[in-house]
Amino acid sequence: MQELISHPLFTPLLLTALIVLGFPLVTGYLVHIERKILADMQARLGPMRAGPHGLLQPLADALKLLLKEDVVPAGADKALFWMAPLIAAFTGLTAIALLPFGERLYVADMNVGLLIISALGAVGVLGMTLGGWASNSHYSLLGSLRGAAQLVSYEVAVTLAMLAPVMSASSLSMVEIVRAQQRRGVWFVFDNYGLMIVTFGIFLIAAVAETNRAPFDLPEAESELVAGFHTEYSGFRWALFMLGEYAHAFVICGVTVVLFFGGWLRPFPNVAWLELPLNFAFPVLLIGGSGAATLMLVRKVRRPWQRVFLTAVAAALVSAGLIFLVPAVNHVLIAPFWFFLKLGLVLYLLFWLRGTLPRLRYDQLMNLGWKRLIPLALLMLFLNAIAGLLAA
Amino acid sequence: MSSKIGGVFGAAKAIATGMGITFKEMLNPTITEDYPDSPPKFQERYRGVHVLQRDEHGLEKCVACFLCAAACPAKCIYIEAAENTETGRISGGERYAKVYNIDYTRCIFCGYCVEACPTDAITHGHDFEIASYNTSTLIYRKEQMLAPIPSGAQFPLVQIGSAPAADGH
Repeated sequence: MQELISHPLFTPLLLTALIVLGFPLVTGYLVHIERKILADMQARLGPMRAGPHGLLQPLADALKLLLKEDVVPAGADKALFWMAPLIAAFTGLTAIALLPFGERLYVADMNVGLLIISALGAVGVLGMTLGGWASNSHYSLLGSLRGAAQLVSYEVAVTLAMLAPVMSASSLSMVEIVRAQQRRGVWFVFDNYGLMIVTFGIFLIAAVAETNRAPFDLPEAESELVAGFHTEYSGFRWALFMLGEYAHAFVICGVTVVLFFGGWLRPFPNVAWLELPLNFAFPVLLIGGSGAATLMLVRKVRRPWQRVFLTAVAAALVSAGLIFLVPAVNHVLIAPFWFFLKLGLVLYLLFWLRGTLPRLRYDQLMNLGWKRLIPLALLMLFLNAIAGLLAA
Repeated sequence: MSSKIGGVFGAAKAIATGMGITFKEMLNPTITEDYPDSPPKFQERYRGVHVLQRDEHGLEKCVACFLCAAACPAKCIYIEAAENTETGRISGGERYAKVYNIDYTRCIFCGYCVEACPTDAITHGHDFEIASYNTSTLIYRKEQMLAPIPSGAQFPLVQIGSAPAADGH
């Protein structure tokens, strides 16, 4: 057993299996959480029918998508039409492999990790563009054209913003970037005399644009283009597009956490006395507390089986919180805990933005990208370089 | 240059204000009701299926004056009147409605009958779930619409003259 665990391929293979098998489920629940948060912001309830508080809605949706008819429009380029969703989903899932969930918890740590993630994101847009082209539909074509233009405009700003943390860490490896933050004892977002905050803002705006999420969801634009590039897609192929989109958003949030928020590091990573409150008390209170809060909701649920289900969810949450009290388990789980907590907060910010801002017009999008973000990113790159030299 | 920087800060402030509003809305209670899993909330004046009221003794308030039927623009109220007797007293007045039917395939819930009623016998309740596959079930009889007998009332028989003069008669 010990030999198996210490084998160099053990963690990568385990994580790969987890990502490939688990991420569709994660996507389903991300959609569910997004719907619930948006509903909360709009004084609605959101999904409530399938399971208590709609907790089984993602599974019902997945089943429905699998059973739906797979329509291929007449005059569509069949080969491309079949391949486009695969490209979108494959690139998104592959990019997750580069994210370090902990000091040793990653599928691959490459010396050009950030570059590969960036490249996979760019290829992912190819899936969108090809899908829109192959559909033989006006709406799809317009959507995919917008997507391509948006990628070209914002990829530049994203990359320029990425360069500042890379300069500070002197490495493109995701693990090495986090280690550099540990050595400095500060997350990069607060580094370089506060200059990095502006860089982070640029990165966030451009990253949201690159993942095609609101307020930059021009390729989808329900109100103008029906559903944009995936208008003609249905059933499982559509689900693959959604999987790719959410994987992409997940990866971008992961990259944000690694570049600016210290990856798996806790806040103040080098202050020793914070170890106990932050690494033991905080996760227990957070996860266990949400379990206790769920237990409060059980009384309001009416159907008996839904009560049982919700009680089970609450019990699982409480026990997941209590497991952090065991030192050996805590040692393994605390890094992914901080990573996913920060990732979740960045994802929440994306949902929050979607609930707040209206979609940009096409010319506004181009103005913001070329005339504001790219010059500002160049300026910040220069200033960060000077600040980095001064600090060194 | 300074105007551009001011523009950037102005835009950032606008976005922050907007995000503050959505965050506040997130903490506010939801307006949407969880119908049908939990009962819907109504305004008091909601005009649902009619309720025929009783007085405090359990007697029907309806005295079969036909004013509601006359006021009804949809002509959906059908009444047959009968006299109260010494031993069989149904309503507080001389006559009572032996038959009181409302045809809900025709009723438009306008509330004119409620306005017309001199004894406040017919009122609107809050029941609205009356959809049916069979229109014959939509003609509601008196027994389906009557309010329950108030607790402590001596129903069905109250002798004339022996009723307590609580209401000033």
